[in-house]
Amino acid sequence: MELLRFATAGSVDDGKSTLIGRLLYDSKQIFEDQWDAVERVSRDRGEGYTNLALLTDGLRAEREQGITIDVAYRYFATPKRKFIIADTPGHVQYTRNMVTGASMADLALILVDARMGIQEQSRRHAILTTLLRVPHIVLCVNKMDLVDYSEDVFESIKEEFAEFAAKLETGDLSFVPISALNGDNVVTRSVNMPWYEGASLLHLLEDVYIASDRNLIDARFPVQYVIRPMSDDYHDYRGYAGTVAGGVFKKGDPVVVLPSGFTSHITSIDTADGPVDEAFPPMSVTIRLDDDIDVSRGSMICRPRNQPQVGQDIDAMICWMSELRSLKAGDRFTIKHTTQVARTVVKDLTYRLDVNTLHRHEGVPELKLNEMGRVTLRTTVPLFFDEYRRNRLTGSFILIDEATNTTVGAGMILGAP
Amino acid sequence: MHYTLTHLRALEAEAIHIFREVAAEFEKPVLLFSGGKDSIVMLQVARKAFHPAKIPFPLMHIDTGHNFEEVIEYRDRRVEQLGCRLVVASVQESIDKGRVVEDPRPGASRNQLQTTTLLDAIEENGFDAVFGGARRDEEKARAKERVYSFRDDFGQWDPKNQRPELWSLYNGRHRPGEHIRVFPLSNWTELDIWQYIAEENIPLPPIYFAHRRPVYLSRGMLMAVHKVAPAPENTEVFEALVRYRTVGDASCTAAIESTADTVEKVIAEVAATRITERGATRADDRVSEAAMEDRKKLGYF
Repeated sequence: MELLRFATAGSVDDGKSTLIGRLLYDSKQIFEDQWDAVERVSRDRGEGYTNLALLTDGLRAEREQGITIDVAYRYFATPKRKFIIADTPGHVQYTRNMVTGASMADLALILVDARMGIQEQSRRHAILTTLLRVPHIVLCVNKMDLVDYSEDVFESIKEEFAEFAAKLETGDLSFVPISALNGDNVVTRSVNMPWYEGASLLHLLEDVYIASDRNLIDARFPVQYVIRPMSDDYHDYRGYAGTVAGGVFKKGDPVVVLPSGFTSHITSIDTADGPVDEAFPPMSVTIRLDDDIDVSRGSMICRPRNQPQVGQDIDAMICWMSELRSLKAGDRFTIKHTTQVARTVVKDLTYRLDVNTLHRHEGVPELKLNEMGRVTLRTTVPLFFDEYRRNRLTGSFILIDEATNTTVGAGMILGAP
Repeated sequence: MHYTLTHLRALEAEAIHIFREVAAEFEKPVLLFSGGKDSIVMLQVARKAFHPAKIPFPLMHIDTGHNFEEVIEYRDRRVEQLGCRLVVASVQESIDKGRVVEDPRPGASRNQLQTTTLLDAIEENGFDAVFGGARRDEEKARAKERVYSFRDDFGQWDPKNQRPELWSLYNGRHRPGEHIRVFPLSNWTELDIWQYIAEENIPLPPIYFAHRRPVYLSRGMLMAVHKVAPAPENTEVFEALVRYRTVGDASCTAAIESTADTVEKVIAEVAATRITERGATRADDRVSEAAMEDRKKLGYF
């Protein structure tokens, strides 16, 4: 059984919580005690129907204010796949949460209300999803029951969105007309929309092909930890532990280790269950080399003929996540990229990107909470990176505020400036 | 060759990544080990993360003194097999030292008292990263907790002020006195845990499987007759075929009626069950709708 991570975007008004509640309930992931608690609270509040949003609003402040504050993770499984949902609030002030939820997602579900059509918010969700390089987007046109299950309504929304998405570099795009409240086309095909010939949403989630989304070409192995047992049984053992960030590594492969540039061969790829012939993303393994060369945390093992870019100057798109401080040219931060930690200074804030229109505002003095913009950075040590569009793991980084230690920015590398 | 992993191997790889990241970046990590199934899986994954070396940090048990004997036996045997160091922090000692006051009523739970013992032990030992086996599917407040959960000088969790967590880039930076709780099994469900136990053939304490024992009914839950949870007067004690879905303090963990006496039967039972494991058997979570959130804010596991 394969794992699929997806992010949902949309507000309560779009019926997002209802849709998630429906997916969980129909796949029998909502338990009776959870259901009873939600029914009880809905009744106590005098709400006319069981409020499925209560299943996902976990924190007291959220329940009291009727809003979703943070990314919540939900789990369900069918016989075909296990799903991890990153459920993100859709309001404008929560760009930061959507970026967080989308960062690891294989797929994004964007909800629109059939009566309202494509809104500014829908466009923002599509733009953010594309910037985060989520490989698959499913646009769910919800509340079809309120537009008499009209094919025309669905088709015109679909057309408008497809036209807009053509301007972005979206990945694979699908459209499903649904009614989350009634369950139309959610788990099973709806009898109310015979004109719709596609799969139900759940079937689509079960069948979408994700195996080719990972980069299996550019072999990248950021060394996380050096394993040296120093025991009698493993006297000379020296293994480089890490998670494969790209490509396929095989026993016998010639490799180069950055930053030293020394070359060697892989003698063994170890796991606790024994050696394996090949390692690919996202496997966590331990690589041994046949030469005793300088390798430590932060080193990158790759192929001599296919190396990442190496440099201290980086051009990147940043999502700013702090309300306590803004980002300005000249600011200094700690940067974490793969398994490297360094310091960095913002050389230039090139423009702020309007995430609703894609308009570039040049000459802005700062980036504030939930804003995105393009920057150039200079780091204290060389980083080994790829463009984010080529590899989401070797192309991403976070910025950490050195006074408070909090994560203040998320970066996607565009290349060397 | 399709280059795909099963969901269990993908979850395992993610957890191994987290263990290694912490071992590389923190001075003094510790793994909370209770002998419960989640912490048993934690120990298995930790062992695999550093193989063939030993686990490079100690284990710690917050001992309420209200344990199931079978679980303590299992704990000691497993620690010896793996050659780990075990720190036992005792709630009884916290009571004796006057750090906490025990509820004098018979059958009272020591669940709330554990938080003080835990925070004292973290401070005394100077631990800066504390691995826990909590999962996000357990409870609504947990669903929003990060893998790296930052705790201030008082060990408190602030749900509205969590660090964003993107890709697999974890921010473990902290000041002296602060620490990070780390949850490598965040994305696992109860069913994943059981499927992994089956696939890896991991031994468990016997109370996880159906067995006969004397029990009584308390607030609709089946409580074992135990030295710390004797049946109240005028309560009928009867023998039943039961097993435990979670293992905690004997005074507040209930059994469920079950005939599942093998891992396979437990998996079938879990897959068919319609009640969450905490809802079914944990008196401690029933106190209020926000019970878990409140305890976590104060520094609970």
